[in-house]
Amino acid sequence: VVCFFPFVSPEEERKVKANDREYNEKFQYASNCIVTSKYNIVTFLPVNLFEQFQEVANTYFLFLLILQLIPQISSLSWFTTIVPLALVLSITAVKDATDDYFRHKSDNQVNNRESQVLIRGSLQNEKWMNVRVGDIIKLENNQFVAADVLLLSTSEPHGLCYIETAELDGETNMKVRQSISVTAELCDPNHLASFDGEVMCEPPNNKLDRFCGTLYWREKKYPLTNQNMLLRGCVLRNTEACYGLVIFAGPDTKLMQNSGRTKFKRTSIDRLMNTLVLWIFGFLVCMGGILAVGNAIWEKEVGFLFQSFLPWDPPVDNFLFSAFLSFWSYVIILNTVVPISLYVSVEVIRLGHSYFINWDQQMFCSQCNTAAEARTTTLNEELGQVEYIFSDKTGTLTQNIMTFNKCSINGQSYGMLNFTPLNPLADPNFCFYDEKLLESVKVGDSHTHEFFRLLSLCHTVMSEEKSEGELVYKAQSPDEGALVTAARNFGFVFRSRTPGTITTTEMGQTVTYSLLAILDFNNIRKRMSVIVRNPEGRIRLYCKGADTVLVERLQPCNQELISITSDHLNEYAADGLRTLALAYRDLSEEEWEAWSESHRFADKATDCREDRLAATYDKIEQEMLLLGATAIEDKLQEGVPETIALLSLANIKIWVLTGDKQETAVNIGYSCKMLTDDMTEVIIISGHTVQSVRHELRSVFFFFLVQILPNLIISGEFALVISGHSLAHALEPDMEEEFLSTACACKAVICCRVTPLQKAQVVELIKKHKKAVTLAVGDGANDVSMIKSAHIGVGISGQEGIQAVLASDYSFAQFRFLQRLLLVHGRWSYLRMCRFLCYFFYKNFAFTMVHFWFGFFCGFSAQTVYDQFFITLYNIVYTSLPVLAMGMFDQDVPDQRSLEYPKLYEPGQLNLLFNKREFFICITQGIYTSVVLFFVPYAVLSDATQSNGVPLADYQSFAVTTATALVIVVSVQIALDTGFWTVFNHVFVWGSLGSFFTIMFALHSQTLFRNLPNQFHFVGNAQNTLLQPVVWLTIALATAICIVPVLAFRFLKLDLKPQLSDTVRKLKFSFYDPSVSALLSSQCVPL
Amino acid sequence: MMASSYNAKEEDGHHSGSSSHGGPGAIKSKKPDNTAFKQQRLPAWQPILTAGTVLPAFFVIGLIFIPIGIGLFVTSNNIKEFEIDYTGVEIDSPCYICAKNFSWNSTTSCVCSVNFTLDQPFESNVYMYYGLSNFYQNHRRYVKSRDDSQLNGVESNLKQPSKECEPYRTSDGLPIAPCGAIANSLFNDTLELFHINQNGTKQRVNVTKKGIAWWTDKHVKFRNPGGSSNLSVAFQGTAKPVNWRKAVYDLDPEDPENNGFINEDFIVWMRTAALPTFRKLYRIIQKKPNSTPTLSSGRYVMEITYNYPVLSFDGRKRMILSTISWMGGKNPFLGIAYITVGSICFFLGVVLLVIHHKYDTRTNSAEIPN
Repeated sequence: VVCFFPFVSPEEERKVKANDREYNEKFQYASNCIVTSKYNIVTFLPVNLFEQFQEVANTYFLFLLILQLIPQISSLSWFTTIVPLALVLSITAVKDATDDYFRHKSDNQVNNRESQVLIRGSLQNEKWMNVRVGDIIKLENNQFVAADVLLLSTSEPHGLCYIETAELDGETNMKVRQSISVTAELCDPNHLASFDGEVMCEPPNNKLDRFCGTLYWREKKYPLTNQNMLLRGCVLRNTEACYGLVIFAGPDTKLMQNSGRTKFKRTSIDRLMNTLVLWIFGFLVCMGGILAVGNAIWEKEVGFLFQSFLPWDPPVDNFLFSAFLSFWSYVIILNTVVPISLYVSVEVIRLGHSYFINWDQQMFCSQCNTAAEARTTTLNEELGQVEYIFSDKTGTLTQNIMTFNKCSINGQSYGMLNFTPLNPLADPNFCFYDEKLLESVKVGDSHTHEFFRLLSLCHTVMSEEKSEGELVYKAQSPDEGALVTAARNFGFVFRSRTPGTITTTEMGQTVTYSLLAILDFNNIRKRMSVIVRNPEGRIRLYCKGADTVLVERLQPCNQELISITSDHLNEYAADGLRTLALAYRDLSEEEWEAWSESHRFADKATDCREDRLAATYDKIEQEMLLLGATAIEDKLQEGVPETIALLSLANIKIWVLTGDKQETAVNIGYSCKMLTDDMTEVIIISGHTVQSVRHELRSVFFFFLVQILPNLIISGEFALVISGHSLAHALEPDMEEEFLSTACACKAVICCRVTPLQKAQVVELIKKHKKAVTLAVGDGANDVSMIKSAHIGVGISGQEGIQAVLASDYSFAQFRFLQRLLLVHGRWSYLRMCRFLCYFFYKNFAFTMVHFWFGFFCGFSAQTVYDQFFITLYNIVYTSLPVLAMGMFDQDVPDQRSLEYPKLYEPGQLNLLFNKREFFICITQGIYTSVVLFFVPYAVLSDATQSNGVPLADYQSFAVTTATALVIVVSVQIALDTGFWTVFNHVFVWGSLGSFFTIMFALHSQTLFRNLPNQFHFVGNAQNTLLQPVVWLTIALATAICIVPVLAFRFLKLDLKPQLSDTVRKLKFSFYDPSVSALLSSQCVPL
Repeated sequence: MMASSYNAKEEDGHHSGSSSHGGPGAIKSKKPDNTAFKQQRLPAWQPILTAGTVLPAFFVIGLIFIPIGIGLFVTSNNIKEFEIDYTGVEIDSPCYICAKNFSWNSTTSCVCSVNFTLDQPFESNVYMYYGLSNFYQNHRRYVKSRDDSQLNGVESNLKQPSKECEPYRTSDGLPIAPCGAIANSLFNDTLELFHINQNGTKQRVNVTKKGIAWWTDKHVKFRNPGGSSNLSVAFQGTAKPVNWRKAVYDLDPEDPENNGFINEDFIVWMRTAALPTFRKLYRIIQKKPNSTPTLSSGRYVMEITYNYPVLSFDGRKRMILSTISWMGGKNPFLGIAYITVGSICFFLGVVLLVIHHKYDTRTNSAEIPN
């Protein structure tokens, strides 16, 4: 596919004329061809290379390569750098190419989809990519919408059509779209072909829920809203066909505009690694500097005099210039301290860990047939360092399957208080029955009827009647579904809706209400209303919403009813139920007309339309009469209390951020064991003003101070519950520290009534002040901001669509899988990554620093100790695979142990396994090894001879001896570091050693030498040197000197200060040691 | 790097798992395979450092290293070695004059003789080395200044030596053979050993100059160019290195087989040393068939044709005589190092054992850290 994108300045306003390609082409709008791929065959190499060289490490190696081309500097032959660099570049390139190939394939598939376009009065099949802005296209049932189109007409009455927007926002319920009335009649191609309206609208943007434009047709203006638009990515449902005018195409569509690259998350190990690499650069420059100074002194004192045998190279005429060149030469040969393969290896390991997460059967939910998925492959080790979990409640801790549980009608509470179904799988619809309520419905109690009528009318549920009596409801939220279903069971059946009507069956009679207005729900309003006219002509507003907002809007006349209902509401909330208050208001014809006028005016406004509409809604939702309240139960998910208990034992603090009422939230807190009766105090902050919140926080603080003073630690456990309006104040810059210190002293924190934005703010607060790793878990669209701002976002694929999952880094179906993700996979990933990094830096320092010591004996001339081929292959062949295998498969304790002893998680949180201190230990060990590896052969070989009298201290024998000793020492070291020897570890460790000897003998063979004498001048060296007993004695000595101290230290550490993991690890081997296991279990296992 | 949020395939049907977006699959279980590999339950050996494994290891290392060390030390002590510096730095040293009057242009050789006494007889084969100090054969520019193709007899490189040989690549427009700084600086002192009998007469000690180079060097790496058996023809059109007094095909006037690039003294020199102080094998004094020592104790004189200047860069020249054992020449360091490391291991083993025991008794009653 070749798409052409004209370069045009950003649009101010879009003008589209139907059926007029020539006119539309003037504006050079993007075509409907999409390109998500980055390369094509021609551009792949240059573009991919360009991208790769934006990585600092790659550029650095390119720079080295250029340095090596200068003969006076070149201390290594070109291939020592180019082979690893080429390998690293090609691995990345292959990966990019594969990714891009699949993108090309899906692009092609999407671009080549057929769609019917109206061209010169007739419908023709066209590929999607050939659809232009201004074309009129025909869509059929169950087809994807090809572009963002303005709905012109449909096969259904009133220009209605239904769409499913799962791909856009993850919501699986159907939505209605309606064409504006003037175009609704244009039903056949002939009429449409003559349609020449012009649309003026906003430029392309990524706001999915709004559209603002005007249609000019036959000298008239018609406002256009989102209600008239079908967006690309939607699927047409329950509609035979419809026609639409393409407004935005291809990259301009809202779907594509929303697909910007997500913010790239980096792990703390990543950041540390980058710092360390910078330090190593610094170290490298220092080493180069020291050796350059050495070179200056040497050339002045010795080299100058030695010129009779070794004259200076022509451009060099003094020792300072020579030192300058030698600095760069040493930068080249010491470059291996910054390992080029580091980043690639880290990526490979992380990819492997991600696959292990995807493959884990124990994170597979068989009910919903969903396996866990690592959507981001770069964060795994951060999972082992989480300190704070921010969890949504609904759908995350709970199942988000709602059952209508209780209600309060006109001051009378109904519902079985102690009703528990015997069978946990019983149909939720039948859980609720109360003789009294049925009775009151039957006798025709007007309040009860009005109550259920409200439930059957005030909602946005869509119904689908497949056959007579078989009704299926599709609701945006499970709450609504539960309420409408409840009404249905009590005889008020919602049957169907059109934009202007709602048809219900009330106690067996079909009634059609004309729907005058829907006052939509949103998170700020926290309520929704409908205004309907019943067949008798009475206009009534029905409203349901959160009790706090509704109570303010009631007629104050019946205070008694209000207070009784409030009591009921509190009672329900205390049981952990989700509550809603219901109210209605009668409207006179005049009131309705007046309001309707202002509503229409607000609706047409082009600026701040939402605010104006909200204000209009607010005007009419007043003076209402209370009908009652509903309570819906949302059951806890399986294993939630256990998971929370386990995670808090692992020292992870769990904050629940929920939109529910405070009482509901507290109750859920108790039922999932976040709050317990053993807690010293549950602190509740619910002030409405800055002062009161500050006062409450201060008093808590003083309370703590009193507690702390005697023994300087907080005795007892506290929990904090804070409501959304208090949180708004607590998050102010001047109070946030106070809030934070209080909240962090508490074991559990519950924030209720919070908005999606506040969720993200809380996460940001912790990130900013605590330097701790945060994880946010949620399932709904309201959790997306929180998921995106936390270090790690986890999406629960549940009832509320897939928006949270799409924004997340990891996704699975059940909250309880979180324990396995963190305590098993996260812990292992962290452990493996740390061990991998420690060893990686160690082996490169051990390898490289030998050159430094040799510098003092070779006149600081940047002569390498090893053969060039060894330098080339050391990092990519001889030592790469064993450490990769360790980084991939190592386990210190088996998975069930890390769940049994959650304290094992702590080292990750405290960042104990790889930090600057550990790094210094690693490189110190590396440098120590390099000292041994240089000076032992130096001391032994300088006077040694072969058994036939030929001295062994020639350069090539020395090189072979040191290299062999190095490979053996680092292999023994990896063998010591590997705690879990799978077959792969064996193959890789032994294979690497084997490959070293094989390759060395091959490189030193006569065959290669005969062909290229200048490259393979080590001919015969391997056998000559390695047949000497002295050489092997030297290697054994060096190995012993390198390894014995390590062994002694490790043993001492294990013996004197064993980590919990060591003790648990030993446990496996000594099950019968009752003292250890008793001690451990008393300390760690809660149950 | 790996996170891109939009993928056209997500537009296509429902959100599918990471791996399978194959055909329009029926409701297929996405349950991951229950294999040991995927479930991370591969059978594995899980070694741990316990007292039961580490402590014996220390003792075993100790017990292996100490005897080896003692063996090495004894062997090394049985080796006889004699070393004499003949640079001529001191005014009273015999080669002082030769060293002082050295000139690159002189055509006559300066000869000096050094007297020395062997206190003990040298049995078996005796190896004679020359040693140089402060001579940087391992300098990068020196090491690379050679052309192995030329030395391997490749005709084209004989006439067109590699650039690495600069500035010893051509001389007066002719290619130098052998080219490069290493060849140019060939050690060209001649050392001759005489035993002084009881009656004061000098008796030449017979030496062999074959078998001092590596077999692979002599037979694979170094080869004379061209098919012509006459070396001076083969080397026609080339110049001798600037420091040399004779051409490469005249290096050994006594043995025509030992000339050109395969001259063993030359090969030995071309195998560059790893360190600035080094020794190179010069001659072998074969063991005598009867039971008399190869070199009996007594007075000796070494006659030196002093051609090689080292004083200018503060270098030193030595002559070394040594016998040899299975493990090569005298090497006290290795034995001592083995004994030391072995003892330390053993000692560590004891210390760790004590610590372990003390600690072990403590743990039974005491705490396990969190």
